[in-house]
Amino acid sequence: MIEVKDLTKKFADFTAVDNISFSVKRGELFALLGPNGAGKSTTIKMLTTLLRPTSGKLKLNDIDVVKDPNGVRRSFGIVFQDPTLDNEMTAYENMELHGVMYGVPKAEMGTRIEQLLKLVELWERRSSLVKTYSGGMKRRLEIARGLLHHPKVLFLDEPTLGLDTQTRRLLWNYVDSLAKEKDMTVLFTTHYLEEAEDNANRIAIIDHGKLIAIGSVKELKQMTSTDSLEQAYLELTGSEIREEEVDPHEAWRAVRRARNMR
Amino acid sequence: MRAIYILWLRQIKRYIRSRSRIVGAVGQPLLFLLALGYGLGSIYKAAGRGDYLQFLVPGIMAQTVLFSSMFYGAMIIFDKQFGFLKETLVVPVSRFKIMLGGALGGATTSVIQGSLVFFISLAIGFRPHNWLMAIVALAFMSVLALAITGFSSGIGSFVEDMQGFQAINQFLVFPLYFLSGALYPLNHVPTWLRIIAEINPISYTVDALRWSLLGTTKFGLGPDMLAMAITLVVMLSFGAIRFRYIEA
Ligand SMILES: Nc1ncnc2c1ncn2[C@@H]1O[C@H](COP(=O)(O)OP(=O)(O)OP(=O)(O)O)[C@@H](O)[C@H]1O
Ligand SMILES: [Mg+2]
Repeated sequence: MIEVKDLTKKFADFTAVDNISFSVKRGELFALLGPNGAGKSTTIKMLTTLLRPTSGKLKLNDIDVVKDPNGVRRSFGIVFQDPTLDNEMTAYENMELHGVMYGVPKAEMGTRIEQLLKLVELWERRSSLVKTYSGGMKRRLEIARGLLHHPKVLFLDEPTLGLDTQTRRLLWNYVDSLAKEKDMTVLFTTHYLEEAEDNANRIAIIDHGKLIAIGSVKELKQMTSTDSLEQAYLELTGSEIREEEVDPHEAWRAVRRARNMR
Repeated sequence: MRAIYILWLRQIKRYIRSRSRIVGAVGQPLLFLLALGYGLGSIYKAAGRGDYLQFLVPGIMAQTVLFSSMFYGAMIIFDKQFGFLKETLVVPVSRFKIMLGGALGGATTSVIQGSLVFFISLAIGFRPHNWLMAIVALAFMSVLALAITGFSSGIGSFVEDMQGFQAINQFLVFPLYFLSGALYPLNHVPTWLRIIAEINPISYTVDALRWSLLGTTKFGLGPDMLAMAITLVVMLSFGAIRFRYIEA
């Protein structure tokens, strides 16, 4: 369903994604794990036509992502890591706009929106402007919106970021059952390893833009001779903190602060 | 079609909800009308040119449409910064339709603004020379509005922040506006200024608006309409092409 071959993305002379290959079967739940700055979001952006790969082949649902972006867009849904809602519109209006864009039939629109907003417990607040929502409510709305058009492939980039335990559980139950029911393929990233352990059929671990391991939880544990996914993960990626995401201004300020202290 | 409609509707809804935008965008032209109309009116009359307010109103209507249509580009930058733009870039609708839906919405709101200025002008003493022809002004405002929202979509597509956008407004749009004949007649200006005015697309809309509201024209209605049509096509193409290549 998803085929990635020799995928590379360079930003100027920095290689964010370095020659990655993997494939995901129909109906599979696939997790992409890795430290901050590993290249997970960049990979997802290329798969969802937002970024052009520097090189490599990408196929979704047997359609070439680079050659036929419009063909591919029909078949996937995505929940981005960063917010993408219109804060000046209501939850219902955000959902409706999305539904129209994906050609959800008029007759079904109302019932689908109601069902999803009830699922994420926002139905009562459907007519409030999104800017009045809490962070978790926005996240729930964003997820509900991604499911509205019944995509064949669903990309979830840290979907549960900032959600409480109850909501996370509810969400994963729903995604799991939807995947089974509709044979939907799911590719997700998360920093909660237990989410990957509980929900993913297979896991790929990337670090510094390179794919360093791929397999089921069991296989990853065997590979590293450890007995939990967390140990396996740390074994593979090391335990030092990543500096990639440090913003240059911030770094410069830190340098000056250090100088002043001397 | 539904996609274009809902993106148009989004702009309209946001416009209606933002009272400050409506008030602000009408307040500024009103200030121009009062300050310039009354301030320069007597000089203009002493020079034997008649009623300055009559001359000024079509220019201020063009100004209002021009700048509120430019503001549409700022909305694209906000959409970029708040992330909503990403949502629209992955949907299975062609980028052209997405650009067009928003631009039509932005254009509609600027024509509303321009019309508000027309009614305010009536209140302070402006009179069109022929009420039927005044309705044609709506069409001219619409063409200008769509051309400029197309242009500002293009600018909004590749400018990353408001500072960059303001720079374009200040160094490109303001000069074009001042050299369009909106505020003063271009009959006795130096040759270089006249040449700039004659290749300036805004001049032709201002002139066409004067034709419909005052019954006078400098370039003639034919050249005005031709220039406006060319501008519309060029600007919309510019917007469509730039918008097509946005990455996020
Ligand atoms: N537009 C860009 N220009 C330059 N560098 C970029 C750009 N986008 C991402 N990067 C860099 O590419 C690397 C990978 O980023 P990416 O967002 O894919 O990481 P990630 O695995 O999703 O991390 P996180 O877990 O923090 O979300 C980072 O070092 C980041 O700074
Ligand atoms: Mg990320």
